[in-house]
Amino acid sequence: MSAEADTGVRELIEALYRSDSRRVLATLIRLLGGFDAAEEAMHDAFTAALDSWPSDGVPENPRAWLISAGRFKAIDRLRRGARFDAALAAAAERLEASAPPVSDFTDDTLEDDRLRLIFTCCHPALSADARIALTLREVCGLGTEQIAHAFLIPAPTLAQRIVRAKGKIRDAQIPYQVPSRAELPERLEAVLHVLYLVFNEGYSASSGETVVRHDLSAEAIRLGRLLVELLPEPEAIGLLALMLLHDARRPARTSLAGELILLDEQDRSLWNREQIHEGLALVEQALASRRFGPYTLQAAIAAVHAEASTAAATDWRQIVGLYDVLLRVEASPVVALNRAAALAMRDGPEIGLALVDAILARGELADYHLAHSARADLCRRLGRPQEAIAAYERSLALTTQAPERRFIERRLAELRADLGNPRN
Amino acid sequence: MKYLCLIYDDESRRGTMPKEQLDKMMGEYGAFTEGIRKSGQYIGGEALQPSQTATTVRVRQGKISTTDGPFAETKEQLGGFYLINATDLNEAIQVASRIPSARSGSIEVRPIRVFDAQ
Repeated sequence: MSAEADTGVRELIEALYRSDSRRVLATLIRLLGGFDAAEEAMHDAFTAALDSWPSDGVPENPRAWLISAGRFKAIDRLRRGARFDAALAAAAERLEASAPPVSDFTDDTLEDDRLRLIFTCCHPALSADARIALTLREVCGLGTEQIAHAFLIPAPTLAQRIVRAKGKIRDAQIPYQVPSRAELPERLEAVLHVLYLVFNEGYSASSGETVVRHDLSAEAIRLGRLLVELLPEPEAIGLLALMLLHDARRPARTSLAGELILLDEQDRSLWNREQIHEGLALVEQALASRRFGPYTLQAAIAAVHAEASTAAATDWRQIVGLYDVLLRVEASPVVALNRAAALAMRDGPEIGLALVDAILARGELADYHLAHSARADLCRRLGRPQEAIAAYERSLALTTQAPERRFIERRLAELRADLGNPRN
Repeated sequence: MKYLCLIYDDESRRGTMPKEQLDKMMGEYGAFTEGIRKSGQYIGGEALQPSQTATTVRVRQGKISTTDGPFAETKEQLGGFYLINATDLNEAIQVASRIPSARSGSIEVRPIRVFDAQ
C-alpha cells in the first residue's frame, strides 16, 4: 500500500482509539475477567491493527476485530507465561474454550459491557474516592496524572488508590454485572453519586486558586450523557439536566480577574443557551416520569433560575415549592439551608434568618461556611451590619478557597466602610 | 466463594429488650438460618456469648499474656458469625442484608482467603 494510504489507515486507527478504546476495553474486561489483562490486550489489539490493516485492509467490523485480536493476544500472553507458571496454561485453555463467535460483538453487547463497567467501577463496596478514581480511569480513559492533578493529590497516591480498588474487586469477587432490577435503585444511586462528586469537584474546586475546574465537569457531563443513553432512568436524566444547567452558567460565574460572581449578579447573556435548552428538555422528561428523586428536583430548581431573564424575574414561589418537595425526599440540613435562602427571597429576610438560625442552633452546619455566609447576607439585608460582619468572619475562617475568601473579604470591607460612615 | 459474615451489634440493647422482642429476634434468626441451609449457602455459624466473657490472648517474646475482655472496646460488639458460600460479593451482600442484626447493627462481609495448592 502507498505511504498516503498507510497514513490514512493509521489516522483511522488513532481516531478509532479515541472513540472506541473504552468500549473495546469494557468487553475485554468481561471476556478476560480482569482490568489489567484487558488493558494489555486492548493495547496489543491496537498494535496488531497498526501492523496488519495497512496491508490487509480495514476490516468490515473494526471493533469486533479488535476485541477478537485482544482476546487472542491475551491467550498468547498466558501461553508464554505458562512456561513458568502451570496455572497460566490452564487459564489459557479455559479462555480458548470459551470463544464467543465474532458475530456476538454487536453494538448491543458493547453497550451492555460499558454499562457493566460503569456499575462495577461504581460498586458501593468500593469507597467513594476509589469509585471516582476507577471510573475516571477505566470508563473515561483519563490518565492517572490527569486525575491526580484534577483532584490536587499526588499521582502515586491516586495510582495506589486505583491499584487497591482493582485489588478489592478481584479479591472480594465484585462481579462484573449490570445489577438486577431489584438492585438497580441503590446501585444507580452509587453511580449518580460518583458523577455528582466529579462534577462538583470540577464546578467549584474544594480548595485552591481557581473557582472552576472545567475538565472534570465536562467529563462528568460526558459520562452522564453515556449513562442516559444506556439507561434512561429518570434520576440519571435529572442529574444530567442538573449538570448541564449548572455548567451553562459557568461563563458568568467568574469575572475575568477570577472573582466570584453570585447568581443574582451574573450577566445572564453569558449563559450557554444551548445547554439550558437541553437541560430544560431533560428536566421535563424526568418530571414526566413521576419516578423522579432529588437530582431531578434540584435540576427543576436550576431550571426555574435558568428561565428567569433577570434575577428580579425569578419565580421564587416555584423554587420554594420545589424545595418543600426536595426537603421531604432528602431531609438534609444543606437542603434546608438553601430552602431558607429561597424563602427569604419570597417572604423577606426576617423569615429566612429565623430559619437559618434554627438550622445553626441544631448544630448541623456549624462548620459549613455557606451557612454563615447566608446568615451574614440576611443580616446585611436587615440592616444589622455588626451581626453580618460577625457571621462573615465566621464564614471566612471556614473556607480555604481563594476566590470565595476574596468575595467575603470584599463584603466585610463594604460593611465596615458603612459602619465607619454613620447614616443620617 | 466463601465469605465470613461477622455480626456486630450493641450488646447493651439485648439487656433492655422486652422478652417478646427477644423471642421474635430468635425466631427471625431461626428462619434465616433455615433459609440459607436450604439454599446451600450455609457452611457454618454460631452465636457468641457476650463480650464480657471474652479473654484476649497475646504472646510476646515467648510470654503469654491474657487480658479480660474483647480485643477492643467498641460501640458495637461481635455477637456471632455465619460462614457462607456465595457466587460473588453481590450474593454475599444479599445474604448478609437478611441477617436480623443488619437492621440494628453492622455485618462485616470478608472473603475467605484461598491458598493455591502447591
